[in-house]
Amino acid sequence: MTEATTALTNAPLPTAPGRVSITRTVLRNPLGLTALIILTLIILISVVAPFFAPHDPSEVKIDKILAPPSADYLLGGDGAGRDVFSRLIWAGQNTLLGALIAVTIALVLGSVAGLIAGYFGKAFDAAFSWASNILMALPAMIVLLALYQTLGGSVYSTMAVFGVMLSPGFFRLVRNQVIAVKNELYVDAARVSGLSDTRIISRHILRVVRSPIIIQTSVIAGIAIIIQSGLEFLGLGDPATPTWGGMLQDAFSNIYINPPGILWPGLIIAATVASLVLLGNAVRDGLQGPRAAAVRPRAVPQHPHGHTAAQGAIEALDADPGKAPLLRVKDIQVGYGNTENPITVVRGVSFDVAPGEIVGIVGESGSGKTQTAFSILGLLPRGGRVLSGSIQFRGRDITFAPESEMQKLRGRDIAYIPQEPMSNLDPSFTIGHQLVEPMQAVLKISKEEARKRALALLARVGIADPERTFRSYPHEISGGMAQRVLIAGAVSCEPKLLIADEPTTALDVTVQAEVLDLLRDLQSEMGMGIVMVTHNFGVVADLCDRVVVMQHGRVVETNDAETLFYAPAEPYTKSLLGATLDDAPPRPPLGQKFLSSSSKGQNHA
Amino acid sequence: MHDTASAAPLLVAKDVVVEYPRKGFRAKPFQVLHGVSLDILPGETVGLVGESGSGKTTLGRAILGLVQPASGTITFDGQDITALDRKERRKLSDSIQVVFQDPYTSLNPTMTVGDILSEPLLAKPELKGSARARISELLEQVGLPSGAVDKYPREFSGGQRQRVAIARALALSPRLIVCDEPVSALDLSTQARVLDLFIEIQERTGVAYLFVSHDLSVVRHISHRVAVMFKGDIVEYGDGDQVTSHPTHPYTQKLLMSAPVADPRRQRERREERRLLLAGTGSEGQP
Repeated sequence: MTEATTALTNAPLPTAPGRVSITRTVLRNPLGLTALIILTLIILISVVAPFFAPHDPSEVKIDKILAPPSADYLLGGDGAGRDVFSRLIWAGQNTLLGALIAVTIALVLGSVAGLIAGYFGKAFDAAFSWASNILMALPAMIVLLALYQTLGGSVYSTMAVFGVMLSPGFFRLVRNQVIAVKNELYVDAARVSGLSDTRIISRHILRVVRSPIIIQTSVIAGIAIIIQSGLEFLGLGDPATPTWGGMLQDAFSNIYINPPGILWPGLIIAATVASLVLLGNAVRDGLQGPRAAAVRPRAVPQHPHGHTAAQGAIEALDADPGKAPLLRVKDIQVGYGNTENPITVVRGVSFDVAPGEIVGIVGESGSGKTQTAFSILGLLPRGGRVLSGSIQFRGRDITFAPESEMQKLRGRDIAYIPQEPMSNLDPSFTIGHQLVEPMQAVLKISKEEARKRALALLARVGIADPERTFRSYPHEISGGMAQRVLIAGAVSCEPKLLIADEPTTALDVTVQAEVLDLLRDLQSEMGMGIVMVTHNFGVVADLCDRVVVMQHGRVVETNDAETLFYAPAEPYTKSLLGATLDDAPPRPPLGQKFLSSSSKGQNHA
Repeated sequence: MHDTASAAPLLVAKDVVVEYPRKGFRAKPFQVLHGVSLDILPGETVGLVGESGSGKTTLGRAILGLVQPASGTITFDGQDITALDRKERRKLSDSIQVVFQDPYTSLNPTMTVGDILSEPLLAKPELKGSARARISELLEQVGLPSGAVDKYPREFSGGQRQRVAIARALALSPRLIVCDEPVSALDLSTQARVLDLFIEIQERTGVAYLFVSHDLSVVRHISHRVAVMFKGDIVEYGDGDQVTSHPTHPYTQKLLMSAPVADPRRQRERREERRLLLAGTGSEGQP
């Protein structure tokens, strides 16, 4: 193992999986790129309006009142005979400036308050949250209309107030993000490293909240433009200053005389707001990474035997179901991703489970052991599917059985115990409800009968007060109890096959020993076959009759438990067994060194 | 490196009580540690073993200054560090460091390994200049290639990430590292290698470890002395081999008997022993 140690330590590092900057991702997204181009154009043209606009925005030509587009007035004239095209450009300046004011105020106020409230908590949090709630309770439009009167009719001051009213959006976002990040271990590590609060905020916290803030800003900017245009449409603001909302109002009052006039201000508002929102989406998508191609699980593109899924399901295979193994997994491949070029995670795995036999699948993370178990259950995560090979349960090919078929099997004949007991119980229902309902559905028994059965099962799995647990919600019981409840649920319909995925990994050792005892007893009582997925050789030694050792999606060795432990055939199995610390020598007293730094390896060599 | 017998303890925790407030008006706080005492010699590993909720992590966090004890004292190298303010606590960063359990959340995903390792050096102005040289030295110490500097944590496996976390802890050459379940999230073979790295570093630098773990065999392999925690109390504390091979307290015995051995025949015997032990300690109703 010493050699293996050095070899693995010096192994080359994995290459970077395409470290792309967020800007580049957004530019590659067609919608994001279009939005960015439109926005840049609108902003650029608005900024250089004095040089770009063919006419002065208030230049009036009597003959051009509501005139159709012409060479002089590119988009025609408005109700007062002014050039619509020039006014749109000039209005862009005013409208965008108003939105900028609102967004800047909202951003600064909301983010700073959010950072302080989230990071320091307590009094700050209480005070700022209170203020934010009050602001959110105020009806923005009405407040703005009222303020417009008292503030003397400047759109910019109204937008500044609107910025304050928008700030709770940023506040809540930043505060919640900061609270989530604050409890990350790396922030604790930074604190132990001796970093000051300001450093921690700037190095760790701001990095995380940065991207959600960018997304929120683009959305808020869109809202600000809409609200501002709305206010102007209602007739607020200086009629002499061109604004998109004001132009919309002018066009609207002349809609019967010149219907197309409403198009231009409407289009520019829509284009700006839509671009902002789409840009925000592109940034969000870029941050989340490419969305997994939507592949239906258990889709059957290339079927090995050329028959359809339905046929495969109905086909009751082989002559004598009595002699067939309970489960036969034959050369299965499991892959993810698109059909032409899937990433295979299980590469030809075969094993049998006889009735009443406990088969362990052992391997390290990434060995494909859990994927193998999920493919038997027909529960591969989104995008995953069996590419080839077959899974036979009691002589019947269930490899490509339709979901409805699998659902029937899973309830009654094949049961499952997960690794994380807590996340597999619904927090909003009582334990009793979650046990009774499936039993009613699968066994077609009355509620009262199911209840009696559930209570008996809870007592059977070693729960001291079944009545109380029956009435409890998942958060009221411990992890060990939750696993017992799930085991009770799994065996409630007397399955023929139980698939347990690291069922004791999340539990304390003393509880683990009890759960292993329980599984052993239930197995001998009910005679079911068990597939036990685990990384722990102690669990294998305790429970399993036969063992499948997996590495990199392949079976390395299949052997009965005694042979595997006392005379392993493969070097990989030996190295795994050698890495267990059961027989490792204890550390010598302080001051004395191990004979070798890798004494453990020596011991097993 | 270490002269054992006469050395004064590096860290002494005495009657440490930690309480968490409970919800509700004037509710009695929940006591996590009921007066725990422990000492660590320079260059020594003290293993702290216990199950979830036993308070072992809380004791580590109290020593790190991340939770405030309600009473009791923690002395480091003769200095009382129980209730330091943030500024004084920051000065301790070159003496006491930490390696957390989860190498996935203990490294900021948006920072490169170089940024992560320079973090502790940043806080010390006098070390800023030599930061780059120090970082490559650290990477070498934990067996990572120097090219790792510009990579992000997600580009590494769990074991490699934990090496980065160890390098960060070593950056300021601390005298004590609190290791909170540092190998529990790792695969078996990776776990053995990371443990060897811990031992190798200790033998070279003379750093002391408080090694928190739920796994008796891990603790046995790395610890000179072992403390067993149960429901906020240390129930057994002594020589590592003695506590982990021939425990005297019933709880430690139960812990030892509960861990399955990777050997079917011996595991069968152990199961039997455990059954007898449980029957002996008064659970009459059990079969």
